[in-house]
Amino acid sequence: MKRIRIVVPLTALALSACVTINIYFPAAAAEKAADKIIDEVWQTQQDKPAAKEAK
Amino acid sequence: MNAMIKLFVAVVALTVALNVFAAADLEVNTPGVSAIKQSMQARHAQLAAHYGSGAVGLTSDGLIALRDAGAVPLAQRQAVNALVAAENNDRNALYAEISNANGHPEWQAEIRSTFAQRWVQRAQPGWWVQSGGAWKQK
Repeated sequence: MKRIRIVVPLTALALSACVTINIYFPAAAAEKAADKIIDEVWQTQQDKPAAKEAK
Repeated sequence: MNAMIKLFVAVVALTVALNVFAAADLEVNTPGVSAIKQSMQARHAQLAAHYGSGAVGLTSDGLIALRDAGAVPLAQRQAVNALVAAENNDRNALYAEISNANGHPEWQAEIRSTFAQRWVQRAQPGWWVQSGGAWKQK
């Protein structure tokens, strides 16, 4: 029973940490996601650059 | 009782781990994002020439704009304007969709500025990009 008194505050701390972590914008992940989408939209991964389509 | 506490601790640990994982990653594989991506990809075939000619440039807010209407023949100007408007619609929808898909609509501005930086940085040589309000050729 004594242990519950330790576990409960620890749980509260852990849960509040989750909330804190999730509030921050994952900048590195966003950059990676942006690059992936840009690659697909501009098709920059193929060896034919899009700019060559200019008339 | 002891077993229950152990289970409880395990569940909390798992929650923490999942939250860290969720924060470290950004979900972009949703049907909404895919649809927008495809639409933008198809449009890019038409837009690429206008990026190259300098008629259209990449703005600092993650969109595109008609920069030099003179670079477009009068007959085509309407079509280019429509392309720019449609592209900006898709881009706005993309930023909103990503932030909503991740359960953080308030991230939209940050997602937009991340994209803005990446579009500009990855623009091809010769394309025009906006930096600090002025147009600059890459």
